[in-house]
Amino acid sequence: MTAPATALATRSATATARVSVARVFLALLARDVHVTRRELPYFLIRTSLQPLMSVVVFGYLLPHLGFARANYGAALLPGIIAISLVLSAMQAVTLPMVIDFGATKEIEDRLLAPVPIQLVAIEKVVAGVLQGMIAAVVVLPLARLIMGPVLSLGSAHLGEALLVALFGSAAFSCLGLVLGTAIDPRQIGFIFSAVLGPMMFFGCVYYPWASLARLPAMQIAVLVNPLVFVSEAMRGVLTPALPHMPLGVAMAVLAGVTLALGWLGLRTFERRALS
Amino acid sequence: MTAPAPDRAPDVIATRGLRKVYPAPRVRRARGAPQPKPATPPAGIVALDGLDLAVRPGEFFGLLGPNGAGKTTTLGILTTRVRATGGEAWVAGAEVSRDPVSVKRRIGVVPQRPNPDRSLTTIENLVFHASYFGVPRRAAEERARRLLGEFELSDKATARIDALSGGQQQRLMIARALMHDPEILFLDEPTVGLDPHARLGLWATLRRIHAMGHALILTTHYMEEADQLCQRIAIIDRGRLLALDTPAALKQRAPGGTLVEATLEGDATPLLERIRALPGVERADAHNGTLRAWGPHGGELAAALLRTVEGAGHTVCDVHLAPPSLETLFLTMTGRKLE
Repeated sequence: MTAPATALATRSATATARVSVARVFLALLARDVHVTRRELPYFLIRTSLQPLMSVVVFGYLLPHLGFARANYGAALLPGIIAISLVLSAMQAVTLPMVIDFGATKEIEDRLLAPVPIQLVAIEKVVAGVLQGMIAAVVVLPLARLIMGPVLSLGSAHLGEALLVALFGSAAFSCLGLVLGTAIDPRQIGFIFSAVLGPMMFFGCVYYPWASLARLPAMQIAVLVNPLVFVSEAMRGVLTPALPHMPLGVAMAVLAGVTLALGWLGLRTFERRALS
Repeated sequence: MTAPAPDRAPDVIATRGLRKVYPAPRVRRARGAPQPKPATPPAGIVALDGLDLAVRPGEFFGLLGPNGAGKTTTLGILTTRVRATGGEAWVAGAEVSRDPVSVKRRIGVVPQRPNPDRSLTTIENLVFHASYFGVPRRAAEERARRLLGEFELSDKATARIDALSGGQQQRLMIARALMHDPEILFLDEPTVGLDPHARLGLWATLRRIHAMGHALILTTHYMEEADQLCQRIAIIDRGRLLALDTPAALKQRAPGGTLVEATLEGDATPLLERIRALPGVERADAHNGTLRAWGPHGGELAAALLRTVEGAGHTVCDVHLAPPSLETLFLTMTGRKLE
């Protein structure tokens, strides 16, 4: 018996055993769920206040004052759901990445978990997807309540709407990972105004893509904006009677964006996590 | 003699020719400035320049060196967070770049600056950390309570992190690193920024952790800390290993041995020649009333010196012995001071 061997016996035999990647993943996710649940009121205000104010102005005030046609709400509602979910999904990833890597270094603890570091990023993306979907589920009934009856709004495709929310959240959660890990934390304010502003106003949120046919150059140019496809896919499932992009095309583009930005985000994440 | 004893357990940490070169910071040229010569690519910053280390199981091991010596980079590589440019590093039987997951399972890391999860309470920091290592919930909660007691944080168990002082956060980081019972605990300059009282408290804690059977790797630029705590010390400077041995053996290498310093009433300089002639004196000097002599055996030297001084009719007001120190060793090896 050597000295270290006897001493080691006093250490409890809790860990150092192999632990499955799935289990660590669930533990990381449980942490995010725990924190989100605790901060639920703040989370709900953050995700729903801004879109709901848009609903009040564009979906209630303007039609009542006669500046917009009464059926404008039908064009607006799917866009509002789209913007709510993409902003939630994106912020859920970008903000923690910027703060954790830039200032508090909190993420280091999770990077030392016994799994490949990429899993930490993937978990964050999944947490972002969940937050995006929650935002969609919360904002949809509230918006409908404020607007009053919305022409041609059907409840037949709510399951498909969840699927669209999933695809849209995934694409923007991955975009959040890229932005949160690739950009200099000092530039975060700049990015938010330079990227989010144009994205919101040219994302076919407040008007259907088909209506841009009168401005063909614009109709082509806005296609660089992935939000266009979330808005249009939402139109396809919530107000299918109104003009919208083919659902399959919009969903395929969102899947492609998710794969491309997810791949890129993992690269930029690795670069931040390892020196 | 260099072959290891056959029954000796394999080293828990071993590095061979470890190198790390950080890319040179990009220099933004002023507009219109002349093109630089296109000859050589930027050399980069050499943080580690062929480091060889070996740490034994259960050892309390110190990495001692001034700021910028490469200590934090070494720890970064060993804890899988920094990619080595060259060489190999083995931790708990796995090579860090090839199998970082195995390494992470066996190590605990206490960072230089506390980085607790600020969205969680004190005890949640411990329990969630354990969950990342697959420790079952109930076992984790039990262990968390025990560690909070051990680190005098029980009354802060449900507090937000912002309510903890710097010292408390530092202790929380150590408790967190112990939650999954790692074989090796890494601590990066753990006492920087602590007041002397807190520092002594932390030393006692680290000794207890070591006694529990964990190997401890500590970086520090306080030579006293390394001397007091560590079983063996690697002195590194500019990315190279200068010496690796027990504190006692290292101090033996310090030049001049023990210093005996006597303060006399009146001028000491006339006595200098007689002091230099004493057996066992390697070096001596005198300055006004202060007489200094160095020799390998401090006690004998002090006695002989006092006899000589008193015999010459001088009165000794004060005498003090300074054992050889790592500080003096570092000074002779590098020509620079440690701190």
